[in-house]
Formats: sequence, C-alpha cells, structure tokens
Amino acid sequence: MSAPPAITVTDLVKVYGSRTVVDHVSMEVAPGEIVGFLGPNGSGKTTTIRMMCGLLTPDGGSGKVLGHDILRAQRAIKREVGYMTQRFSFYEDLTIEENLRFVAGVYGLEKGAVAQALADLGLTSRKHQLAGALSGGWKQRLALAACIMHRPKLLMLDEPTAGVDPKARRDFWDEIHERAAEGLTVLVSTHYMDEAERCHRINYISYGRLISHGTVAEVVAHAGLTTVILRGGDIVAAQKRLRGQPGVDQVAPYGTDLHVIGANGAALRRAAEAVAAETGARLIPAETGLEDVFIQLMGAAQDNMS
Amino acid sequence: MSRFLSFRRLFSIIAKEAVQMRRDRITFAMMLGVPLMQLFLFGFAINSDPKGLPAALVATPEDRFARAMVSALEVTGYYRFTHPYVSAAEGEALITRGEVSFVVTLPTDFGAKVLRGDSPQILIEADASDPAVASGAISTLGTLARQALTREAGTEAETQAQQARQVDVVVHRRYNPEGITQYNIVPGLLGVILQMTMVMMTAMALTRETERGTMENLLSMPVTPIEVMLGKVLPYFVVGAVQVLVVLTAAKLLFGVPFVGSLGLLLLGVLIFVMALVVLGYVFSTLARTQMQAMQLTFFFFLPSIMLSGFMFPFRGMPTWAQWIGEALPLTHFLRLVRAVMLKGAGVTDVAQPLIILTGFALAFSALALSRFRQTLD
Repeated sequence: MSAPPAITVTDLVKVYGSRTVVDHVSMEVAPGEIVGFLGPNGSGKTTTIRMMCGLLTPDGGSGKVLGHDILRAQRAIKREVGYMTQRFSFYEDLTIEENLRFVAGVYGLEKGAVAQALADLGLTSRKHQLAGALSGGWKQRLALAACIMHRPKLLMLDEPTAGVDPKARRDFWDEIHERAAEGLTVLVSTHYMDEAERCHRINYISYGRLISHGTVAEVVAHAGLTTVILRGGDIVAAQKRLRGQPGVDQVAPYGTDLHVIGANGAALRRAAEAVAAETGARLIPAETGLEDVFIQLMGAAQDNMS
Repeated sequence: MSRFLSFRRLFSIIAKEAVQMRRDRITFAMMLGVPLMQLFLFGFAINSDPKGLPAALVATPEDRFARAMVSALEVTGYYRFTHPYVSAAEGEALITRGEVSFVVTLPTDFGAKVLRGDSPQILIEADASDPAVASGAISTLGTLARQALTREAGTEAETQAQQARQVDVVVHRRYNPEGITQYNIVPGLLGVILQMTMVMMTAMALTRETERGTMENLLSMPVTPIEVMLGKVLPYFVVGAVQVLVVLTAAKLLFGVPFVGSLGLLLLGVLIFVMALVVLGYVFSTLARTQMQAMQLTFFFFLPSIMLSGFMFPFRGMPTWAQWIGEALPLTHFLRLVRAVMLKGAGVTDVAQPLIILTGFALAFSALALSRFRQTLD
C-alpha cells in the first residue's frame, strides 16, 4: 500500500502520578484497515486512543493522525476523526433527532444530514424519543451514526459492543466492514476474541506496553504455543494434577474437555500424556486459539512487571 | 467562519442547553420558584424595624405620670402594653419567658419626684437577645419620656430652661421617610436572587457534562472554549431576564417600592451583573469535579455575598476588614447601583463606579474561565 498511513505513532507515553499508563506504544494503521486494539481492563487502550484523537496530551512520543501532528493539530484531528466513547456519551435528555442535530451543528453539516442519518439508522419514526430511553443496542447504533455523520476518514471505537446482544454485535460489525470497504479506517478496542478475529490486524497491549501485533494468524503463530485437549476420564483430577507441572502454562476446562496449553511443546506433551494415562482420558492435539494466546501474554506481562 | 467562534456551533450549543434546561423540570421550576419564595420571605416576613412589641409595665396604677408614660410609649407604635401594672417579679418572669420584649419600670416615688423637680428614673429592660428588636424602640425613648412628663406636670420654668439648652436634632429619613424595610430589601433581593440562581445554574454547566460522561464526547468534537462558555451561559440570560421582570413587577405591585430612576440604566446594570455572575458560575464549574462540589462552591460564595454586601446588615457598620471583603463581591456593587437607581433616582454618572467595577468583574471572570477550560481530558 502506497497511501500514507492513517495513524503512525511512536513511543507514546502517558504518566498519571507514579503510574505509567501507556509505556512507549508505537503503532501504524494503513488507510481502509480495520485494526483491533486488544488488552485486559486498565491496560491503557482507552488512554492510547484518547491521545490519538486529541483528547489527551501525550507525556512523550510523537505521531500523526491523518497527517496531522497529534501534539499540535488536535483541532484538525477532531474535525476529521470520529470517536465513539466507551460509555454512551450523547445526551440522554435529548431526543435522537436533537442529538443528531447538535452534532450536525457542531460539525457545520448541511441541512439534510440529520434526516439522512435518521433514515440510515431506520429511526425516522422514533426520532422524538429520548436517547436515554433507548436500549443498549440502539444507543450504540445512535452513537455510531452520530460519530460517522460528519464522514470522518478515521473512526476510533472504544469497546463499542460492551453490553450489546450478539445479533446487534453482528450487525454492528457488518456495518463497520461496509464502511471500511468504502475507505474508512477503523481502530477498535475490544475484549471479545470473536471481534478481534474480524479485524484485519490486531495490536495487543498489556500494562501499557504493546506486546504483540499483526494479523490474527501471525499473532497466534508468533506466540509459539502448543495446545492439547484431554477428553473423557476424570477431568477434575486431571486438572488438579496438571496444574504446576513443567511445561503446562494454562489448564482450562471446556465442558467435558480440558485444554492444556504451554510454550514448551515437548514438556507439555510429556506431562499431558502421563496425566491422561492416569485419569483415563484421550489426548487430542489441537490448534491454539487467540484467547489462549492473550491469556499467555497477560501472564507473561504480569511477570515482567513484578 | 472564524477560527475561535462559529455562530453555527454556538447556536447548536445554545439550542442543546435550552432543550436540556426545559426538560429538567425541577431545575426549571427552581429558577422561578426561588425568586418567588425569596420575595415572599424577605418581602413579607422580614422586618428589621419591628413595631407593636409586647411590653409589661411595673408601676402603681394610681400614678397619673405612669398613665401618661404608658400612653406616650404606645403612641410611638413600638410598645404594646400587654401586661400593664404587674409586679417587678412578674415583669422579670414575663421577659424571661419571652412573653414580652420590654419591661418598663416606674419607681413608686416617680410622681413625687417629677413634682419635686428631681430627675426621676425610668427603667426599661429590653430583651436584647435580638438587638434589632430593641434598637428602634429604645432610640425613640429619651425625648419622648421628657415630653410626656412635661406635658403632664405643666410647663415649669426650670424644665423649659432645660429644654432650651437641649440641641434640637432634626432627622430626615431620606429616600425612605417611613423607614419601610421592604424599600431596602426588595431592590436588594433582585441582586440576591440573581446571585443565587445564576451562579448555581451555570456552576452545573460543565460538571453535569463531566458527571454524565458527555464531556468526553463534547471535547472530541471541534468546539472551542469560547463557544462552550458562551453556549452554556447565554441561555441563563433569558432566565435572568424573567427573574428581573418578576422581582420588578412584585416590587411595584406588591410592595409599592418607589422606582424613581431610569429603568434603562437599571437594566444595563443588571445585564453587566448577570454577565459577571454567569461567568463566575462557569469558573466554578471548571473548578469542581462533580455537581455536588459545584453546589458547595456556590454556597461558599453565596454566604459572604448576602452577609457582607450590605443586603442584610448595614455595610458601613461592618469592621474594615469585612468591608474589604464586601468590596470584592459583585453583589455589593450591584446593591449600591440598584438602590441608587431605584430609590434615589441616580443617573449614569452617579453609578459609574459600580458599573465599571461590575464590568471589571465580568471581564476578569471571563479571562479566568477561559484559561481554566481544558480542551483535553488531561
């Protein structure tokens, strides 16, 4: 891709008191990409996003968003970026239409914009309803509509699907993909693994540090984990025996299966075979999932911190 | 479209604030309810020059001088002898229980002394636990007693000579000859009501956004600090205008407060005062993190304002340090202006000083507010 990147930031740092919330995070997002931003709660995702959309001033580092300097051209960034906050942050005591009209006025949009957005949302008939009376899914759709009303080139979504039902989540992602196909660049933070897998690329952040990035396959491959499944037999006993064995990093029951994951493949298999024989379980080799990789990364990051 | 102030954006914010104000029924009711309630309380209930206070008389009924005193005292309007001719012990008990505000004691040899030309003594015990009760009643007493006794005893040469030596003090109660409390209170209330509601409402302006989490969204949009400030405070000018209308109408129709000055000049003063207030409230809202804190800041400011501005207590009666604090409050200057214009018919040159000082407050608060407004969440 030869087009200039939508986001390039290098060594972003944000410090609150003695706590370094974002610690030298660098990231690049190409235009038209959907990039996932993953990490546990309190890992610095929101802070990083806020620094990139001009809501927070970084304590260190530099970067450009849509060609504008994040330290100096915050107003230009605000005009061209759509930012959807984690919490619904439109006015609950205004109607749907009033909220959209407010946004249209602030961005100086032409008269038809509100009616168009209402039609796109399918909310024309309910435009006089208070935004606070909407369900979680509808609030999220309203927020998204309001964020893209001024046709931003870059959309930043901070955990957009928290508290939204699966059907609404599916629709939401379909919409995001449609917009990306039209050229919109999207950076989306999330906890959900299935959502991460719908992104072109992902960045994983933990304790303020960017730990892994790339496509889902790359991230999984890069982690170099081995996974085996123990099926049948005495799962509870097997789980107890496997915990703390050399080579075993994670033991997680899934129904009647037990997923056993570790970085040292040979040691993991030795331990798993021994336990499987004792508890009468079958041993099945398996693919490592993204979630397993993240849990592994989280544990590793924690060890580095202490 | 200017870089710092776009009217389209400004109107969008004003429209949004206006709708939110209208939807918040209780707050909206407060904006009109508070002035009405204060008008009612201060206008009808409070009187700093109370009259017809209950009094007891300790004297012997046969004494004609005592009877003369009683009628003279009652004529002043301050005393109402609910318990005439009681014993000293009864009088003591009555004032202790608070059933009377005064006990007037004439000694048994009172009449005899008057006739002999000795100077008799009258003891007036006032319940001064509330000084305001006692002051007016006591101040009228000295000359009154003398006159009453002179009339009763006949004009003897000696007393005449005594009276001639006395300095004849002529007191003119100007602008309010009858000393009606409302004349002072009601114009002052205009300032107090505006002070309370304007500052409180605008102090919520930003904290409400912060508390509801909408601040993040507002800041992520291309709005400038001056647009946010003006958008948030301008709707309250309309509220202030309604309050001014209510108070001035009530002053005229309910309390009959004279309005001798220029209405235009008064409104100019009100406009500048309201400007200073709404911007001050906005400063509070940049300081406070929650609406609760904003409320507390408002009250922190409101209390000295009503105490030290000359609204409740005479400004010149305060110690110098308190007067200095009073000078630093916008309400003090507004009260001078409103009383001068309404009661004394002052012109522009007479009230130039408060006008200029109020303008200074408005500009200083604006500068402070704009420097305090954070365009980021840092």
